[in-house]
Amino acid sequence: MRVPLSWLREWVELPERADADHVHAALVKVGLEEEAIHGSSLTGPIVVGEVLEYVDEPQSNGKTIRWCQVRTGPSDSGEPEVRGIVCGAHNFHVGDKVVVALPGSVLPGPFPISARKTYGHVSDGMIASARELGLGDEHDGILRLVTLGLDPEVGTDAIALLGLDDVAVEVNVTPDRGYTLSIRGIAREYSHATGAAFRDPAKAREVGEADGFSVEVRDDAPIRGRRGCDVFVTRVVRGLDPTRPTPPWMIARLGLAGIRSISLPVDITNYVMLELGQPIHAYDLSRLSGGIVVRRAVAGETLTTLDDQSRTLDPEDLLITDESGPIGLAGVMGGASTEVSDATTDVLIESANFDPVSISRTARRHKLPSEASKRFARGVDPLVAAPAAQRVAELLVELAGGTIDTLGSEWIEAKRPESIALPEGYVDGLVGVDYSLDEVTDSLTAIGCQIRLEGEGWMVEPPSWRPDLIDAPSLAEEVARIVGYDRIPAVLPVAPPGRGLTRTQRVRRALGASLAAAGFSEVLNYPFSTSAQVALMDGDGAPTMRLANALDAEAAHLRRSLIPALVATAHRNRSRGLLDLALFEVGRVFRPEAGVAYGVDAVPFGSARPSDDVLADLNASIPPQPWRVAVLVTGDRRPRGIGQSAEPAGIADALGAAHLVASAAGVALEVRQGSHPTLHPGRTAELFVGEQSVGFAGELLPRIAVAHDLPRRVAVLELDLDALIALGEGELVAESLSAYPAATQDLSLVVPVEVPAGELRQAVVEGAGELLESATLVDDYRGEGVEAGTKSVTLALRFRAADRTLTQAEATEAKMAGLALAAERFGASLRA
Amino acid sequence: MLVPDSLPITDDAVASAVDAALAAIDAAGDTAALKAARSAHAGEQSALARLNASLRDVPAEQKAALGKLVGQARGRVQQAFAAREEALAADEEARALAAEAIDVTAVAPLGLAGGRHPLTTLMEQMSDIFVAMGWEVAEGPELENEWFNFDALNFDPDHPARAMQDTFFVEPEDAHLLMRTHTSPVQVRALLERGLPLYVVAPGRVFRTDELDATHTPVFHQIEGIAIDKGLTMAHLRGTLEHMARTMFGEGARIRLRPSYFPFTEPSAELDVWHPTFRGGARWIEWGGCGMVNPNVLRAAGVDPEVYQGFAFGMGIERTLMFRNEVHDMRDMVEGDVRFTQQFGVSA
Repeated sequence: MRVPLSWLREWVELPERADADHVHAALVKVGLEEEAIHGSSLTGPIVVGEVLEYVDEPQSNGKTIRWCQVRTGPSDSGEPEVRGIVCGAHNFHVGDKVVVALPGSVLPGPFPISARKTYGHVSDGMIASARELGLGDEHDGILRLVTLGLDPEVGTDAIALLGLDDVAVEVNVTPDRGYTLSIRGIAREYSHATGAAFRDPAKAREVGEADGFSVEVRDDAPIRGRRGCDVFVTRVVRGLDPTRPTPPWMIARLGLAGIRSISLPVDITNYVMLELGQPIHAYDLSRLSGGIVVRRAVAGETLTTLDDQSRTLDPEDLLITDESGPIGLAGVMGGASTEVSDATTDVLIESANFDPVSISRTARRHKLPSEASKRFARGVDPLVAAPAAQRVAELLVELAGGTIDTLGSEWIEAKRPESIALPEGYVDGLVGVDYSLDEVTDSLTAIGCQIRLEGEGWMVEPPSWRPDLIDAPSLAEEVARIVGYDRIPAVLPVAPPGRGLTRTQRVRRALGASLAAAGFSEVLNYPFSTSAQVALMDGDGAPTMRLANALDAEAAHLRRSLIPALVATAHRNRSRGLLDLALFEVGRVFRPEAGVAYGVDAVPFGSARPSDDVLADLNASIPPQPWRVAVLVTGDRRPRGIGQSAEPAGIADALGAAHLVASAAGVALEVRQGSHPTLHPGRTAELFVGEQSVGFAGELLPRIAVAHDLPRRVAVLELDLDALIALGEGELVAESLSAYPAATQDLSLVVPVEVPAGELRQAVVEGAGELLESATLVDDYRGEGVEAGTKSVTLALRFRAADRTLTQAEATEAKMAGLALAAERFGASLRA
Repeated sequence: MLVPDSLPITDDAVASAVDAALAAIDAAGDTAALKAARSAHAGEQSALARLNASLRDVPAEQKAALGKLVGQARGRVQQAFAAREEALAADEEARALAAEAIDVTAVAPLGLAGGRHPLTTLMEQMSDIFVAMGWEVAEGPELENEWFNFDALNFDPDHPARAMQDTFFVEPEDAHLLMRTHTSPVQVRALLERGLPLYVVAPGRVFRTDELDATHTPVFHQIEGIAIDKGLTMAHLRGTLEHMARTMFGEGARIRLRPSYFPFTEPSAELDVWHPTFRGGARWIEWGGCGMVNPNVLRAAGVDPEVYQGFAFGMGIERTLMFRNEVHDMRDMVEGDVRFTQQFGVSA
């Protein structure tokens, strides 16, 4: 809501020098958040001038300019009396009063004006159009003040004359406070914030009586049990001239409030809506057939709205109809057939109140958010309808001529707001402040409530403009707000002892710290994926959840894997010249199961706990969203330095990261040869905890890496973090350490080259038994001395006994047992 | 055993042997030369050894005087050897160390510099403030059922408040699935699952249909807090928020509550924190929203609002990072540029 200060000042006492900042500061205290300040950005001198004479001068470019002599100052001023000005418009005559921007002035744009040479003359200023002054969109010629009904003295300051020196404060209105979408509401709130005297514009004038115009409200299908319309006031003004100009002060205020001037009757209805918060519609009375019926649409009915769109109506839409059929979408937009035009002389003013739910559904359904629907959706004071209709009628008479007719109607069936029981002490008990009884009652009275004592407390009837006050907490908020939130003290509550972080949370922290310490940088990618990204790791047609309204329609899938976004992030880094990358992400992926229909047909309504069955359905309605951790490395894992050559990153780094993550989760990973359609067939590992596969590590197929504008060598890792954490459940039983000396021996085994060294090692470990403390793969030799097709794999073995010093003979015996199992599994033989 | 030939003991012979030995010691430039000199001048066939051997043959009455003469000479030479040996060893160690010197200012790093994302560590830091007070950290799904995100939080299906939060809906249409627009559904889940009294915070990712620019991102993070107990008031809310602000920004930190509106709280407030060093002047910064949990939220979770009441709050993590660390462009937080994360390093 934008509030021109001059307008606000009419209804609440503002200090003489109050500026936008002062008003903002006051309104913030009562809950109207500061948004912006709007002011006309022009500066003077901008004055009224009179065209004395002009010469039309055709130009070589086909245009004809007017070389004008314009009197801009009285003869006794020091300024030049008459100025030569070049003007491109032709809509004026000698003797017209116009607005002249003199050299040194600045028009909105900003567009600074100076004396400049153009078309062979020095143009000593500029004759302005309405649009150039920020007064609406009119740009078909310069602004002739006579069209505004003005005939001021030459030299008059046009900024003050046209109301261009006002400013507006913009505040953000929360959805519960529809009444502050009006000068009336804002003035009231300013008064609450400062104590300044408030005059209610709804009570500023006598509401005349009118009767005889037939209005019938016939709601056969109330939505959620609420009648669509409970107030319908009409007034008739006859004999008006809708072509009269809107006065500049009204154009200026509307403009500052963000509403364009359209025509006098429309401007007046908008003006009153802004002032009182009541949306108004004006009909050309001569185009109405009979009385008005408010009803729901019939399936298949259509209506052409003011924007010349033909709309097919829904049976839930509330309509204004006459004998010809629909003539308006109630509270949202009028119809074209009864629109006020330049030929209109008699108008019917509609000032009605509609059900918020009905209006917001219709506005949403027809994608017609309007100033009217915005107010109705938030609730309009039902008692302001009649004063608003009266105000519109009076302004029409004042500005467009005409007379108020006795024909009209006044159907007001708004229910009184329900009274709310407020026990004494309730507010204190919720807000934590010891309010005096007077503070409670005075605050509620100030906002317009009627209060009576009842038992150990009060019955409070909220004012008609506060449909948001429905229970004791909402009244407590009002007391706290009016007295001021500053009164609330600070008390630290004492929670019962907690259990600390969960293991899952601790593991996530540990693995993050561990990967970061190992040189990986954490990224937090968006989970939105393209089809190609989904296909990268999960293949074509993998089931995904999709956004219905994605920002980028191409990226509507929710990720099934963290890797595709890491690939994109790696590319972004490389495009910025950051070539050596080790990235990781810890996050959720979305993995719907094929063939499962997620979602529910309906969600429970109302504020009661759903049954366990319904809750179970709600919980089952969302797809699995497991946590994963993923890594991508490319470039050098260790950059080139003095005395150190670069070490390229590869699968070793991905596997290293995997072991760090596993360690954080408290599990040991087993690495097995793996395969994946996107990964290098010779450089892919599947990772296991026991017999459960928990992820994979590998290098992207070089052609895939290159297709993503990355180097040939890109290694990735992805682990199912939920699985790792579940597998790491339970406390580790620590081994007792033997202090007896170790016996170390090497074992070189010859096996076919295809035998994975890790599996060979595993065989030795199992075969050697308890005495073997550690086995490390230290060499893989192929070539001279080793038969073609085989390799020699060397393990460094460390043996130790728990209870004695081991002899070399015992160690050798254990080693040979390891060899025996390796021989059995892989045909290993001792290297000669 | 080789017996040194005897040499007649005279003052001259002794002096000459000593002079020769000292000259050789002086001349020895390294430990090898010194070893040779020791062998020549203190070895078994050296002049001093032979003079010493001659002591056997001198008459008894001269034994004491000559013995002293020879003994002192040998002592002098031994001392000179020891001193020279020490000096040479020190020289040699110094040369060896000098040869091993490296330019420590040029040592290459072990590997790449890593870092945790500051949004992650900030969420941890904020969570820890509450864990220290006995609260627990709860989590919930990012793809939610609409009931948890809106209905259970007292958002009427037709109320304009639903439209305030630009929601990503999930297909199929009318299946009531969405990307959670705030961490508040965790309030409902915690109430349903954890029982009372309840003191939890819930950090996590949330989603709204804002295009990415310097101050908006469609995916961002919040931390939510909810406390439900007997007798909790807005004063407890303020006390909790003030404690949080002081823990994060120092004892001088100040907060301000402004009236506001959220469907799931009543009374509701906006939370501002005073930023004394803001670029362009000290000012209040919007930090989050809060209020007393609306009785309808408690009812939706099966809690009797006549018995229990409490407060909830939520703040944006990105926003907090922006003003805490003077991050001026939201895109730096979401693009995954490693330079951004690396500045923060591994620090928690």
